[in-house]
Amino acid sequence: MSAIVVPCMHRIAAPPTALANISAIAFRELRDAVRSRWFLLDTIAFLGLGLGVSYISSASAGGAGLSGFGRTTAGLLNLVLLVVPLMSLTAGASSVASDRERGMLAYLLAQPIARWELLVGKYVGISAALLACIALGLGGCAGILAWKGEATNPSSIVWLAGLSFALALAMLSVGMLVSVLARKASVAVGTAVFLWLALVFATDLGLMAGTLAFKLRIETLFYLCVANPLQVFKMWSLHAVDTSLDVLGPAGLYAMDTYGERVAVLFALVFAAWIAVPLALAIAIFSRRSPV
Amino acid sequence: MIRIEGLCKSFGRAVAIEDVSFTVPTGDAVALWGINGAGKSTVIRCVLGLFRFRGQIEVGGCDVRRQGKRARQLIGYVPQELGFYDDLRVGEAIRFFARLKGVSSSEVDDVLDRVSLGGQAAKRVRELSGGMKQRLALAIALIGNPPILVLDEVTASLDACGREEFVALLGQLSEGGRTLLFASHRVDEVTTLAKRVITLDRGKIAHECLASEFVPQLGLGTLLHFHLSPQVCDAAMTALRASGFAPRPNGVGLLVPVPSEQKAAPFRVLADARISIDDFEVIATSVSGSKTATQHTARERESTP
Repeated sequence: MSAIVVPCMHRIAAPPTALANISAIAFRELRDAVRSRWFLLDTIAFLGLGLGVSYISSASAGGAGLSGFGRTTAGLLNLVLLVVPLMSLTAGASSVASDRERGMLAYLLAQPIARWELLVGKYVGISAALLACIALGLGGCAGILAWKGEATNPSSIVWLAGLSFALALAMLSVGMLVSVLARKASVAVGTAVFLWLALVFATDLGLMAGTLAFKLRIETLFYLCVANPLQVFKMWSLHAVDTSLDVLGPAGLYAMDTYGERVAVLFALVFAAWIAVPLALAIAIFSRRSPV
Repeated sequence: MIRIEGLCKSFGRAVAIEDVSFTVPTGDAVALWGINGAGKSTVIRCVLGLFRFRGQIEVGGCDVRRQGKRARQLIGYVPQELGFYDDLRVGEAIRFFARLKGVSSSEVDDVLDRVSLGGQAAKRVRELSGGMKQRLALAIALIGNPPILVLDEVTASLDACGREEFVALLGQLSEGGRTLLFASHRVDEVTTLAKRVITLDRGKIAHECLASEFVPQLGLGTLLHFHLSPQVCDAAMTALRASGFAPRPNGVGLLVPVPSEQKAAPFRVLADARISIDDFEVIATSVSGSKTATQHTARERESTP
């Protein structure tokens, strides 16, 4: 590393590179997550609920998985839809706001680090923790079910884990945007929980109510579904394993008729947008806002 | 060297800093003095690039706005209170900041020894006392051997003993040739550490002088620093003025210049007005301008001399 010499004969190192700063922050976030209760509790809860769902699903199917997208995987999908967005949103929401609240944010930014490096470092670190949580939760379920001789489809579990991680990344981006905007950690986490409720429940109910009340056209219904990352996760998971979206009814049929196999590209683009846009907004706002 | 030119900072409509310009030459020690809200911490946060501002700030020739990382690499910063990751061990904390400064972690033990925290590396940060936490913050500031130290009321949360030790430590660093810019509202700290004092008042430079001229210019040879609760400050000010004193607000209380042979008089005035004194200091200056400070930490319910 090159060095700069300053007037009073102190020889000091040049500032670290962006990559070095990002990895330093990411490792610290990951270590913090592993040590803290949220990671442990989330993993245990995810694993426990996953095993419960798997057991009930396989028991109700008479011990045999259903064809294609197995009943067990379908049960896990619904669990992921509830748990992963909640833990990603809250983890993201508390990340910056809690540091700001205890004065740590200003202290960190007084070091030779750029603001975007700090935010991206946090994002990478928390993402790694979420990935570990998802891998342990779903992997644990799959492992125990396989050991018990229950029918599980490995590829569907791998798809589910991959898409769960993509969903986690999207929700983490939204959570970090909330965290950057909020002054207090409690407000940030409260907002994250409200968003979670809106995405999980209100959107589903809203779509149903809207369809009935306004007699929405089928393509409108589909595009409204695609605007919600949770619905995209659900549709993509079904499509990845079953290669059809018939189970979703008219909206699924419309998607397959219109896009065919390209529907996966549409889903990928939607996920990419949900990951990139909130994170870019968070970085832009964070770069301008006072950390104090 | 730190060069500040035409610094302006507003929070919404409130003007916090207005056209402040000064230079801290290499190896110099400059104190920013003023009451709470005068703008000391705001100037420091602008120097660190934490606030957006108008004007120009250069640290070691680096523009804080455009070369923020490089400018901050030259600065060791110690805040008023370290809001740290409490679960980290001291050694982990310091290694983390060493990574952020691009410095080898082999320096860690040496830096801890310099601030008398050697042997504490395995302790968790939450187990440290307030004074030890400040020394940890100083150790972090010293990682990478930065030529400039920026300190923001670093002794405000320390007791008298911790404060004395900490100021002595900073004195050694200053004598070692480091450039010091610090905010304080403690007269003893300013006169011990600073070579030059810049007095801020409502965001503007009100006065600039050598440290040796500072206390005499504040008033007479002896200063009493009364620590009072905010609710009684105005009443105390009125009572003291009515008795012919010229008190000035100062952070946690009032500074009262008194003739050396009449140090008890302000106590009588406050006692008569039934105003409680939480704490007080006597700051006496010699003819040459050097100072000795004695602190009396009797937490008195009533103001008895």
